[in-house]
Amino acid sequence: MLALPPAPAPAPRRQLFVGTALACSAGATLIGGMLALWLRFRKVAISGPDHRWMPKGISIPEVASNIMLLSFVAICIFAQWAVYSAKRDDKRHVGIALLLTGLLGLAVVNAQAAVYAQMDLPIRSTTGSAYGVMFYAITGTFIVFLIIGVVFSFVTAFRYLGGRTSEREIVTAHAIYWYFAAAAFTMLWFVVYVTK
Amino acid sequence: MTTIDTASPAAPAGARSPNVVTTFGAWITTADHKRLGRMLIGTGLVALLGIAAVGGLLGLERIDVNASLLNSGSLDQLFSIYRVGLAFFAVLPVMLGLGVAIVPLQLGARALAFPRLATAGFWTWFFGMALIVLSIAANGGPGGGASKYVALYISAFGVMLGGLTFIAISLATTVLTTRAPGMNMRRVPVFAWSVLVSSLGLVVMLPVAIGASIYLYVSYRYNRLAFGGNVGILDWTGFSLTQPQTFLYVLPAVGFMAEVVPVTARKRMPKRGFVLGGLALVGVAAIAGTTQLPHVLPWAGSKLYLGHFGTKLGDLVNYSFFNVVPVLGVLIVMLLAPLAFAAKKGSRVAPKITAPFVFGFFGVSMILVGMLASFLNGIVDLDLRGTVYEEGVYTYVAYGAILASLGAITFWGPKLWGRRLAEKKVLPLALLGVLATILASLPYLIAGFADQPANAVTFSYSGPHALWNTLSMIGHFLMVLTVLAYAGLAVQGFRTGELAGDDPWDAHTLEWATSSPAPDNNFAELHVVMSAQPLLDLKPSTDTSKTETA
Repeated sequence: MLALPPAPAPAPRRQLFVGTALACSAGATLIGGMLALWLRFRKVAISGPDHRWMPKGISIPEVASNIMLLSFVAICIFAQWAVYSAKRDDKRHVGIALLLTGLLGLAVVNAQAAVYAQMDLPIRSTTGSAYGVMFYAITGTFIVFLIIGVVFSFVTAFRYLGGRTSEREIVTAHAIYWYFAAAAFTMLWFVVYVTK
Repeated sequence: MTTIDTASPAAPAGARSPNVVTTFGAWITTADHKRLGRMLIGTGLVALLGIAAVGGLLGLERIDVNASLLNSGSLDQLFSIYRVGLAFFAVLPVMLGLGVAIVPLQLGARALAFPRLATAGFWTWFFGMALIVLSIAANGGPGGGASKYVALYISAFGVMLGGLTFIAISLATTVLTTRAPGMNMRRVPVFAWSVLVSSLGLVVMLPVAIGASIYLYVSYRYNRLAFGGNVGILDWTGFSLTQPQTFLYVLPAVGFMAEVVPVTARKRMPKRGFVLGGLALVGVAAIAGTTQLPHVLPWAGSKLYLGHFGTKLGDLVNYSFFNVVPVLGVLIVMLLAPLAFAAKKGSRVAPKITAPFVFGFFGVSMILVGMLASFLNGIVDLDLRGTVYEEGVYTYVAYGAILASLGAITFWGPKLWGRRLAEKKVLPLALLGVLATILASLPYLIAGFADQPANAVTFSYSGPHALWNTLSMIGHFLMVLTVLAYAGLAVQGFRTGELAGDDPWDAHTLEWATSSPAPDNNFAELHVVMSAQPLLDLKPSTDTSKTETA
């Protein structure tokens, strides 16, 4: 066996950070592709005989959807607060920030449920409109992202509060994930809830 | 960041020997990248046998347009499973499997990044694939009549792609974070680089197809009008089975070729940076293809109208990214190979042609022919869309990749099993494989010009259509024979063949610095890498030309 020079002790790993960033890229193209199809169908519907995309009698509950967007602003601040506190070994603030992030994530899921309840949008269409199925498909997919984020927040909190305070990378990766979720929701909010 | 994993503790002395249950459990839950890679390669090759047989049966069915051997109700499903299966059951898993098995060794790492994510990805892919086969068998899938199984097909398709995405994330993270100390990105082995480019492209591209399948599933369950119901499935997900996306799947095969050329020439790869750039160009083309999807779904591919050349600048840009750039990338790799073989004045080193090189060379040549044929497919004036020409292109690319992967297994097999194959026995299979690929593909390129429609068994055109379809059928069955014969030789050779030694090919990269087969955790100690060819630096008798050490 050929002998190569031995290496010094390994440098700290950044696997979780890089892996999370790649997973976020995958999530971004998933949501991006779905939004692109949404726009394509909307364009076709608007240029059709009815000149409308949303079914008649359906309106977007703007308060709930705007609250969701504002919640993401707060989520990003709390996630970054956790990173800031972790760098200063402030375990108590890291815990509070992570728990608040997770709870706000749950609140956004709740707000999405409120949107569904207020819209009362039938998923089946007698006219062949794709709006219902596409609305539930894209917002349902985003709920999955939210649930993953909430689980990520609580796992990070349990690990950190459980004593693994040297693993700051997971806190950073957690923040990256929520930035991605916020960016994805901002796109979704604009395309689905604002431009209608 | 160049880092490396730390070793896991060795098993305590006196530990109980494994029984059948623990052995089976160890395979299911494995975190060993070498084992997982073998699982992917093995399953992919077994799947290939089935898919190639389906290709042969479809060729047989098309020989006589008046006779019918297969159930006419199942033809749509068979055409679909041929397209989906060749890419996602066979080619991509084999390519990813090679990456999973070899890349950590090449990087000097002790493990894959997120090994359990990769294992979960394997099983997710496997169950997705199994459900797709089940749904097709139960009259589901594109064009199927059993609605429950059509829905099952759509969801299984998304699940399968999700599994492949997990593996791609694990592989890309491995290259980005577990390189040996001193191995910056310019020193990454060419094969590992090709796997990185391919994986990053997959991470970007596959989720778009997953998103489309989510829409399809919800639509099919609740409102079949929107996405075309059971016949619209391939319209919305079919982009993932066309060029340039398929080029992304086969990129590791090109990387293998670039890896084995300097080993065969026994020299450093000249203009190594250009090789890395060439491989990256193929990835750029695939990503360009993905970014253009919103404009073209349902997928119609990139188009070029020669008659309106001056007024279709947008088409020209799309066409260039989709078709010209990947050809350019592979051509760069292929054209630099002769430079590696060019004898230097006073050089005492003579090239040594090996079986892996022959497989790799022929395989990548077939891929290149497929890419060049795809180049013509985009020209609308030639009227090749919707003909079997597209099937010929697809088969050229896929079978070429399989051929190169057989070379890669021959090359790296000693590092996985500790023994090497008898080259004289496997070498003829490379020629048989080339013949199989040409026969399965080339007749459909010709028949495409004669307007034989794709995915149809009844057609009428002037020309010897029975001959083209007969040749294609023979090609598919020859490919089955090639893979079966290779598998037989591999099972025999890797179990009872000649012991390989640590560096049987006199190679250049880090995987050959450890013992054969590579032990658990790959390396007993970490190494500092000072160049792109760390082993070659230690061999005084071989090429000592200047290397790129930056």
